Parts: sequence; C-alpha cells; structure tokens
Amino acid sequence: MNAAPASAGEQAVAAAVLRSDRFRLEREGDWVRIEAIITAMEKGRVQRLSDDDVLALPVLYRNLLSSLSIARESSLDAGLIAYLESLTLRAYFLVYGTRTTFGAWCRSFFGGGLSRAVRAIWVDLLIALAFMVVGALVGYALVAADQDWFSRLVPTQFADVRVPGASREALESTLFGEARSDGLEVFAAYLFSNNAQVAILAFALGFALGVPTVLLLIYNMASLGAMLWVFASRGLTLEFVGWLSIHGTTELLAILLAGAAGLHVGRALGFPGARSHMAALSGAGRTAAQVMAGVIVMLICAGLLEGFARQLVQSTTLRYAIGYGVLTAWLLYFFALRPRRS
Amino acid sequence: MARKGEIGRTHGVDPKLARVLVTPEGVALDVAVASAGARIGALFIDLTALFGLFLGFVLSIVLLVEAYRRTGLPGVSDGFTNFLVVLFIIGLFLARNAYFLYFELGDRAATWGKRALRIRVASRDGGRLTADAVIARNLIRDIEMFLPLMFMTSGGIQGTLGNFGAWAGTIWVGVFLLFPLFNRDRLRCGDLIAGTWVVEAPRAALGEVVANGKTTPSMLDRASNLAEDRYRFSDAELAVYGEYELQMLERVLRTAKPDAMVTVAATIATKIGWSAPDGDDQPFLEAYYTQLRARLERGMRFGKRRADKHS
Repeated sequence: MNAAPASAGEQAVAAAVLRSDRFRLEREGDWVRIEAIITAMEKGRVQRLSDDDVLALPVLYRNLLSSLSIARESSLDAGLIAYLESLTLRAYFLVYGTRTTFGAWCRSFFGGGLSRAVRAIWVDLLIALAFMVVGALVGYALVAADQDWFSRLVPTQFADVRVPGASREALESTLFGEARSDGLEVFAAYLFSNNAQVAILAFALGFALGVPTVLLLIYNMASLGAMLWVFASRGLTLEFVGWLSIHGTTELLAILLAGAAGLHVGRALGFPGARSHMAALSGAGRTAAQVMAGVIVMLICAGLLEGFARQLVQSTTLRYAIGYGVLTAWLLYFFALRPRRS
Repeated sequence: MARKGEIGRTHGVDPKLARVLVTPEGVALDVAVASAGARIGALFIDLTALFGLFLGFVLSIVLLVEAYRRTGLPGVSDGFTNFLVVLFIIGLFLARNAYFLYFELGDRAATWGKRALRIRVASRDGGRLTADAVIARNLIRDIEMFLPLMFMTSGGIQGTLGNFGAWAGTIWVGVFLLFPLFNRDRLRCGDLIAGTWVVEAPRAALGEVVANGKTTPSMLDRASNLAEDRYRFSDAELAVYGEYELQMLERVLRTAKPDAMVTVAATIATKIGWSAPDGDDQPFLEAYYTQLRARLERGMRFGKRRADKHS
C-alpha cells in the first residue's frame, strides 16, 4: 500500500541500522492503515470506510499476525512489540466479533432461532413434562387420600375460599366472579407473582445438576393437582380447567420450557460427555438462554392474558377456545416453524 | 493512548490476571482479564446510565401528558391508560435488556460503563463472540440481580415480603455479585454459562523508532565537530547487558528525561570502564542501545537469547 512509497520512506529504511528496524519501517504503512480501519470500526463509523479498506481487512489482519510472529522472534523493540500485540488483539476482536446487530438478531431469533433452541432441548422437555404430570397426579392423589395434605401443598395466601369442603357456589364464584380489580393491577401483580418466579427459579436452579428444578416442578404441579381435586370434588372440573386454561396453557408451557432449560444445563454439568465441564456448560447455556428469552416473552403474554382476557371472557367454551388456541399457536411456532435457513 | 513509556509485553498487568488467548489462526495473544474493581465500576456506571435514561424517559412522558392536558382534547378512558401503563412495564423490562444487548453486540462489545473502564466482552475459547453468547450472559444477569431485586421491591410494596423472602433474596443477590471473586478468570455466572469473559480492551500507540540514526538537531549543532560514529563499543563492552537492561534503556530513551539519561549514561560508562559522556548523553545512549540491540538480535536469530545481565 503506502500510496507514495516516496523516497522519504525508502531513505528511512536504508538509513535504519538494525535489521529489525528495517522490517518495521517496511511494514509500518500496513499497520497504520489497519489501525485506522480498526479505529473507525470501533467508533461505529463503518459506513465511512471505503470498499477497498473493508475488503483489505482480512488480508491486513493476516499480515499483522505474521508481523507479530516475526517481531516476537526477531525484534527486541519492546515498544514495537507492545504496539503489535495490542493492535493484533484489537483486529482479532473485530475480525472475530459478533456478526449481527441487535435488530438483525431479533429478526433471526423470533424468525426461527427460538424455535430451533426449543427443539434442541426436546429430551429435557419430555423429562420436565413427565415430572410435571407426575407432580399433578401426586398432588391430586394425596389430597384425595387425605385432605390434610391440601394445606401443606397449597401456600395459604392462595387458598382463600378454595379449600376442601367449600361449597360449590363459593368455588364457582371464584371462577366466574365479577372483576374485583382491574387488568393492570392483575398484570403487574402477575409479573412478580409466584409462577413467574417459579419459571425463573426452575431455570436458575438447573445449575445444581437439575435436582432442585425437578423438585420445584413437582411441588408446583402438586399444588395445582391439589387445587384441581377441590374443584373436581364439587363437579367443577370442566369450569376450573377452562378458568385455568385461558392463561395457564401459556404459563404452564413457559414453566415447562424453563424447567427443561434448567435440566438441560444441569444435565450438561452432570454428564458433559467428551467435552470439558466448562465447554459443556457454555454449550448448553447458550441454548438454554435462548429458550429462557422465549420464556420471558411467554410470561409477559400470560400476564396480559390473565390481566385482561380472563376478566373479560366469562364463558367456559370461549375460555377453552382461547386457551387452547394460544397453546396450538405456541406449539406450531415452536415445532412446525422450520425456515430453510439454519 | 498508552503513554510511550509503557512498554514491554505485559508491563503493568497483574500477573494473576494475565492470560493467553489463542486465535483461530494459532497465534497466541496476551490478554488481561478485567479486574473485579473494573467490573464493579462498569456495572455502577451502567446502572447510573440506565437510571438516567429511565428518568429522562419518565420525564418526557410526564411532559407529554401535561402538554396533552393543556390542549383540552377529550380525556382518554381508564382502560386505555391502564393499557399504556402495561406497555410501560413491559417496555422497562425490555429496555434494560436491550441496553446491554445493543452495546455488547456492537463492534466494541462493551456498554458505556465497560467503555469508560476500557474493558470488553470476549469469547473465552478464542473463537468468534456469538450473539447467542451475549444474550446468554445478559439474560443470566437478570436472574442474578434484576429479577430478585424486583421481586423483593414489589414484595416489599405489597407487604408480602416475609423475613425469609428478604433474607433469601439478599443472599441470592450477594452470592451472585461475589461470584467473580471466587474464580481465577473473574467470571460472573452469566460468563460461565455463555462461555465469555471480560478482558481489558487493548490500546497502545506506535512509538518512534528508537535511535533512528537522527539525533536531535540541537545535539548535533552543539557537537557538530564530533564524528558520526564516535561511539563504537567492543563486543566485550556490549556483553555486560541482556534483554531486560535493553528494554529499560529503551524506556529511558522513549521518555527522554534529561536527568534520567545522565544517570543511566554514567552508570553504563562506569560499568564498561568508559568516562561519562559529559553533556552528550543521548547520542551515547542511542549508540549503545543500537549496538546492544544489534548484538542481542543477532544472537536471537541463532536461537541464543539472554534475559538479563545475570544470565
């Protein structure tokens, strides 16, 4: 490069006494050029670079690597080596930097990345689903066998009138009652509610080899099973499931995904296979984190559904339609959406 | 830019935090893991920035509402207001994450706080820093810090925060905040999961060629009656020093402080049995530096290196 390798430059090369200084003076132009390119890119001024510069970057980077290797073996100019070290590191960070912008990532994530991540942990999804089903059955069976279990399974602040032995009318009023608070309050309360915390915890506790995740899933579903028994004992199964489904399908799916993501991390930590523990953890973690980003979106949706739709929709049929319509949409999105680009 | 006096491969880096990163081309590069202090400082700046952005946003909304009220247009229904507040809550959550993601996905892979402290995110295995990794490390930050704090605050406001909840939340946040102190690479849980680490963003200026054969004009003027090559050292006179002393000499020449040069010139002259180059210290030092470096580099080409004067 060095548009004018003018006599000045050549003279300097000729005048340099040391062979390593001559090496430096011959290559200095390339270094200054790549430094200018890097500085522009770091400052976010990529648009201002000429096409030539952008195309030259990979070549300049490889030349820089070779310059550094040569300098380390042949030059004792510490200032020069420090400069090359830092310049190479900067160039490396740019050449191997993230290729996407935030916007582009969002498009690819919601346009298929999320679904791929969910499909990638299908084993964990099945495991988590199995534990959730077992949890619900156990909760139901325990309360059916001995009603004292109810108070142990369901946190007290939940269970107002909804306790074993409550009348059918009292129970029904909790399902179809007038909206006592407005949607906003419910939404806000929901976001910080038990279930959002359960989803987050289920994932975070995956670190401990997934054991707490499994316990959490079982316990959480057991209280649901216990509640189901209370309503079922008064012949309100259908109505209760409808009331639950409108937002519960989204919410339970979110908890399932979060639990599966936690198990995925836990399994990678416990059984890393041929990889090192750290490598396995970070591999699993990246997939799991994508799933969790989806879980958070789902929890927000569930909050909106609980805050607004549940209060407005009082018909059981319509509740089923909305709840399972949304569930179908999620499942289609996760498992049927397969854009060609992988 | 680094000061020109700061030379040497790992000069000024805590040896406990110095690491080697191997690029996909197989070249080993020196990196320095960001210290815990820098991480905390960056976090603090980011939180302040986020809070400032939040205040600015709320303030502009308040002004907007006030302006709307003054126009005397019909008021909006409660339902609509609620809906807007819900959007606001969701927006807050997303904006916090968007701040970290937007900046860490950029070319500098650093938020404002990290930029201010000259650190950045990088992939631990030397490969490409992927968007997935950045997402992962920031999502975990939510779980480590923001969500427990939010749960605790909202629990506190609603009066449902029990003693147990408060303690559990505090311990939770504390454990995750202190986590980086208990591993060598200062990894946060999010870094562990994402396979990233936070390193110092390098920057150094290219100094001039030391002793480029052109001594400063004033010196030449004053000593114009002296020969160009008045300082010729014999091999035995050059053999007293090694690479470490050469680099110290380089630093003295780069910083070019007159009194330091006088001292160093006198030391070298005594060591090799010359008389001190009275008033002509820089040309003396430059000549000695050039010839010593030529000798050591010649040895280097034949695979002989000499670390310092004792070896």
